[in-house]
Amino acid sequence: MPDMKTPLADKPESPSVASQPGLSPVEREFTVKEKSQWQQAARRFLRHRIAMVSLVLLLLLMLFAFVGPHFWQFRYDDVSGNDTSQAPSLKHPFGTDNLGTDSLATVMRGAQQSLKIAFSIALLAVIVGSIWGVVSGYFLGFVDSVLMRLADLLLTIPALALAGALAHNTSGSWWVIALVLGGLSTPYVARVVRGVVLSLREREFIEAARALGASNTRIMFRHLIPNCLAVVIVNATLLVAAGILGETALSFLGLGVRAPDTSLGLLVSGAQGAVDTRPWLFYFPGIFIILIALTVNFIGDGLRDALDPRQTRQRR
Amino acid sequence: MTDVVTSPAGTKAAAALLEIDHLMVMFPVRAGTWGAVVGHVHAVDDVTLTLAEGETLGLVGESGCGKTTLARTLVRLTEPTGGTIRFRGEDLTAKRNKDLRSFRRYVQMVFQDPQASLNPRKRISQIVGAGIRLRGTSKGMKARREVEELLARVGLDPDHAQRYPHEFSGGQRQRIGIARALAADPKLVILDEPVSALDVSIQAQIVNLLDDLQDEFGLSYVFVAHDLSVVRHVSDRIAVMYLGKIVELSSSDELYAQPMHPYTASLLDAIPIPDPDRRRDRRRLVGELPSATNPPPGCRFHTRCPWATDLCTEVEPPLAEFANGHEVACHHPLNVGRTQLSEAIRSESSPRSSGAELTLSPAEAHRVEIDEAQGKDETP
Repeated sequence: MPDMKTPLADKPESPSVASQPGLSPVEREFTVKEKSQWQQAARRFLRHRIAMVSLVLLLLLMLFAFVGPHFWQFRYDDVSGNDTSQAPSLKHPFGTDNLGTDSLATVMRGAQQSLKIAFSIALLAVIVGSIWGVVSGYFLGFVDSVLMRLADLLLTIPALALAGALAHNTSGSWWVIALVLGGLSTPYVARVVRGVVLSLREREFIEAARALGASNTRIMFRHLIPNCLAVVIVNATLLVAAGILGETALSFLGLGVRAPDTSLGLLVSGAQGAVDTRPWLFYFPGIFIILIALTVNFIGDGLRDALDPRQTRQRR
Repeated sequence: MTDVVTSPAGTKAAAALLEIDHLMVMFPVRAGTWGAVVGHVHAVDDVTLTLAEGETLGLVGESGCGKTTLARTLVRLTEPTGGTIRFRGEDLTAKRNKDLRSFRRYVQMVFQDPQASLNPRKRISQIVGAGIRLRGTSKGMKARREVEELLARVGLDPDHAQRYPHEFSGGQRQRIGIARALAADPKLVILDEPVSALDVSIQAQIVNLLDDLQDEFGLSYVFVAHDLSVVRHVSDRIAVMYLGKIVELSSSDELYAQPMHPYTASLLDAIPIPDPDRRRDRRRLVGELPSATNPPPGCRFHTRCPWATDLCTEVEPPLAEFANGHEVACHHPLNVGRTQLSEAIRSESSPRSSGAELTLSPAEAHRVEIDEAQGKDETP
């Protein structure tokens, strides 16, 4: 090695621990107990007040939708003909419709079906879409062209028409609607994830991982996807809200969930003509649609902040 | 090529660790709807170099000259188009990705941007641990202790192993990058402008750290830089690149004392001297770096060279090797006497496309004229 006594090396310094700023004994006293990544994320999430309120609300909503029917005296498909078109009362807190079916029971059943559909759509689109996008953005070239043209093709298919046609032939099962709407939402997620991956893959930490012998699969799933989490979560929450609305639109057209089964969308569209005369039939399911969409969005907000290790600010 | 390659500069008598033989890296340029290949960027064009065990080779040149591409190709982040790279006699260019993994632990890289080279979602222990995992000898608590030892060795607090990259300063991050490279226990570390993103006082710390680590771990370095003043302190030998070719190669002291290639001379002239009263004649480079897609014929530097002759536009100069191991690819080298010129031989590492015979003549005659012309211009 050449002589190191040069102007560059003249500065009194040594790479020892003692000379490092921020490593003084005083600083050490503040060292907190080591927490795992998940513990830290959970703590950040718990501190996110709106997200926590939303989470509690959504859990209550789910309890209401999935457990509630077992404890309620009326059933959603009970068409007894008694107590028709009653306003909310102690016996029927949400009122009844013109066939005498208890509205609380139908809203519970409707919320149940809508939640199942919306969450399935979001889950399917996010999982498949992330993998689709990361593969496309990471490999580029021919693979990318094929996958992205396929995405373009799927985006041209009118989701409502296809879902309607399929649901029509399969007697309106909730999972058919979820599968079709979820499948057709996948390209949206794929395109967004691909965009993020395109910028991430040029970052040096990906090259560093490759230089350290990481396989393509490892790079995609351990390095790229975790760095896409923020966009993916935001997209997932939007998809839940969009799923609820998509199902509503289908049901409004008479192509979604069909009677005697019900969903929030079906209830709202069915009560269209009754807004003035029997508003309880319209507003109760409507409030539930809004509540689900809102709480999911706030939870997504909180998750995004909590899962980002760079986020130090804790919102209250 | 034989397995035993003598080090041209003769600085170290050790066996060659790395032999780069006529390495080519070309990137296709695509255009039109069907992506037809309309040309190639000659990023690295027929480069031959050797690196001895324990040696530091500086690699300098302006932006776009192919030095980073060369460095990346050495760790196979870029695929070579032609030529071979041998590490301890083993041909790496022939290896497929899977076979490469066993070699990767021996050749590691430190990246330019310490911010971008660390995954923001991973803890320092995970980042540095990746190198240890590659080596595959330590697991669990043992691996964890090794991470902490390494962090301490590069001047970081081992207690910070559970922190994230954003919680560190630029200099500290580069130390993490160095620790990651060292974790695999490599023999050769490619340093791709490791200090150019840092500020000057930190640069000195990192350079000294790298120097200490070299002695401690018995490392060889390829040190890429565009800053000649940094590379001087760490390098045993320096290779100067221009448009994908090596234009000059010599021991670092020799290069600074006696630059032979006009390009090297102007690079040296560009080093700022922190003395406002000192005036000197600078040979400024005029014009732009020509396109690497369509490099000029003959000597690639002739479009910007003040001493270019007709010969330069026609024949690509081979590397002339002088008695002391100094090599230069120029028809009219500077700072060299007639006797030295007559003793020069055509180097084995000359590009295949270069002239078969040495055609050296001094550039001194031109130089006087140029200096006079510049002198006239500069008087107010």
